[in-house]
Amino acid sequence: MSLVSQSADLVRPGASVAPAEPSLAGVGDYIALLKPRVMSLVVFTALVGLMLAPGHLHPVIGFASLLCIAVGAGASGALNMWYDADIDAMMARTRNRPIPAGRITAGEAMGFGMTLAVGSVAVLGLVANWLAAALLAFTIFFYAVVYSVWLKRSTPQNIVIGGAAGAFPPMIGWAAATGAVSIESVTLFLIIFFWTPPHFWALALVKSDDYARAGIPMLPVVAGRAETRRQIAIYSALLAPLGVAPYLLGFAGAAYGVIAAVSGAAFLALALRLARLGDGPAGDKAAKALFGYSILYLFGLFAALLIENRLLALLGGAGA
Amino acid sequence: MDNHDDNETGIVLTEEQKRRRRARSIAIALSLGALVLLFYVVTIVKLGPGVLRHPPH
Repeated sequence: MSLVSQSADLVRPGASVAPAEPSLAGVGDYIALLKPRVMSLVVFTALVGLMLAPGHLHPVIGFASLLCIAVGAGASGALNMWYDADIDAMMARTRNRPIPAGRITAGEAMGFGMTLAVGSVAVLGLVANWLAAALLAFTIFFYAVVYSVWLKRSTPQNIVIGGAAGAFPPMIGWAAATGAVSIESVTLFLIIFFWTPPHFWALALVKSDDYARAGIPMLPVVAGRAETRRQIAIYSALLAPLGVAPYLLGFAGAAYGVIAAVSGAAFLALALRLARLGDGPAGDKAAKALFGYSILYLFGLFAALLIENRLLALLGGAGA
Repeated sequence: MDNHDDNETGIVLTEEQKRRRRARSIAIALSLGALVLLFYVVTIVKLGPGVLRHPPH
């Protein structure tokens, strides 16, 4: 958060370089760099991973671990905005972000992101354990470098592979509590991993003009809208049974199993409806409905896991 | 307070820039304070109750 804009060597090649002048960045601009809405989902899924893990973790250590995961996720967001400032400026959805709007320079965002990235990984290692810290470091690297720098502008599979970055938080939470990676945490990872493509492609169907203008090879832009709807249906068909896996593997109860089966079936039904309706206003409406429902689905699934786990723990404690 | 930014040869901040710089400074101060508190509490938790016990002479 320097007073004067950063020097040009910190600015990504190709990005515009603003002349050095006193910063007009407000605190809210730095918070916006952290992508707070993405961060809230990251914190929630990490919390579920942390709470589901066996054994006891001191609440203070759990809180500090979650804080590190949140800050690490925020750091990835800042580094993503630093690298993507040029394409963010071209899209209606992102052109008011702090860098394209001129309130924060690219160099400031990069410095801010790097500081938070290094700090969050180091503190998580010291507070929890170094496996969790290594997973957090890999997640930040994956989002900022593998997704933002490499995949996003080069392949329509960008959000499929890049989605791994958003799927790691429950695994990090689990690792912070247990010091290990297990089949349970891998299952939570897979649920988010297979949820990401239908979630983002539903949005991309509605915003495909924006992505095309910015030259981002999103699936609707490259392979067409019909193929995107087909891919959404395929991933939804894989996601629905995967959502039930925590029950089948024995780390969630019957209540979760029922919720996951019903909500997964509804997800698939919305995806199939989208595929059937095709283009036009009805198709756009179906895409928006699927996008909105997908957020509710993931939140509901993890909330069900958490609530059921806590209730069973309470009942088990009372029965003991 | 010696403020080099306000002299005639340096960069002169507008009132808005001064207000935002002050807000940023307060945010940094609060963040550092929170970090100090967090590190203190985590240290006590990790060391356990023995941290308050004096070693025998």
